[in-house]
Amino acid sequence: MKARVHVTLKNGVLDPQGKAVHHALQGLGFDGVNDVRQGKFIELELDGTDAAKAKAEVTEMCEKLLANTVIEDYTIELA
Amino acid sequence: MKSAVILFPGINRENDAIAALEQATGTKPTVVWHGETDLPKVDIIMVPGGFSYGDYLRCGAMAAKSPIMRAVADRAAQGATILGVCNGFQILTEAGLLPGALMRNASLKFICKNTHLRIENTSTRFTNQYGKGDVVDYPVAHHDGNYFADEDTLNRLEGEGRVVLRYCDVNGNVDPATNLNGSQRNIAGIINEAGNVLGMMPHPENAIDPLHGGIDGRGLFKSMVEAVS
Repeated sequence: MKARVHVTLKNGVLDPQGKAVHHALQGLGFDGVNDVRQGKFIELELDGTDAAKAKAEVTEMCEKLLANTVIEDYTIELA
Repeated sequence: MKSAVILFPGINRENDAIAALEQATGTKPTVVWHGETDLPKVDIIMVPGGFSYGDYLRCGAMAAKSPIMRAVADRAAQGATILGVCNGFQILTEAGLLPGALMRNASLKFICKNTHLRIENTSTRFTNQYGKGDVVDYPVAHHDGNYFADEDTLNRLEGEGRVVLRYCDVNGNVDPATNLNGSQRNIAGIINEAGNVLGMMPHPENAIDPLHGGIDGRGLFKSMVEAVS
């Protein structure tokens, strides 16, 4: 089973890297972009087939290491 | 007086930490590798600067989970004096020993220069050798020193006198123009609730010898020595 984890900065936390990317996109002529938020994508290859168990385990991984919940949110997708 | 310096792969300021502790305590500190699970009996523990684990995932995230940090957390709970500088500050926040997080500098630039800092609380075990409002000059060298915590946490830190150092100009003015890296409320260093753990981005260990261009950092090490002797 695969788990895909997206880690993004929380709303309200300034994202200077996202801002810089936004600025660079504008410089390239992409005027239709209203905002850019930059994050991380982490793919995990897991043992087992129990989705509920996997979700619980990956949630614990996010809380303990993959995300810093002071500044980041995460979403988990199992496939 | 005994001290220890924690060493993680990718740390590069350990020799500066060792020199500063030796100068202040008169004894060479013990260097403890990250894979160890026990700490020697020491009064002062320093987590130095550098790029532990190549800053993978987040600065300090991997180091914070390494075996030795459990021992450091135990000593923190027992009241040992613990100083985390630069990457050390990031590691202590990631380990949950200090609140908040260190984000990418607002300018996105790596900042390597000397900066002025205002001593906000002189009754800590890290600042008892300074006067209230003293302005000191320490170097900084970081890419991720932008201190963030939510408003409630910031208000609690301020209310409890736990903001120890703020970025300022030579006259001690603290304002957006003197905010080096975008930190909330110009915060450069904070202590934990019990007052025995300090995390700070600037490097006092690089301001202890006239050859460094200044000796303002000596006071911080002397403060720790005074506090624990």
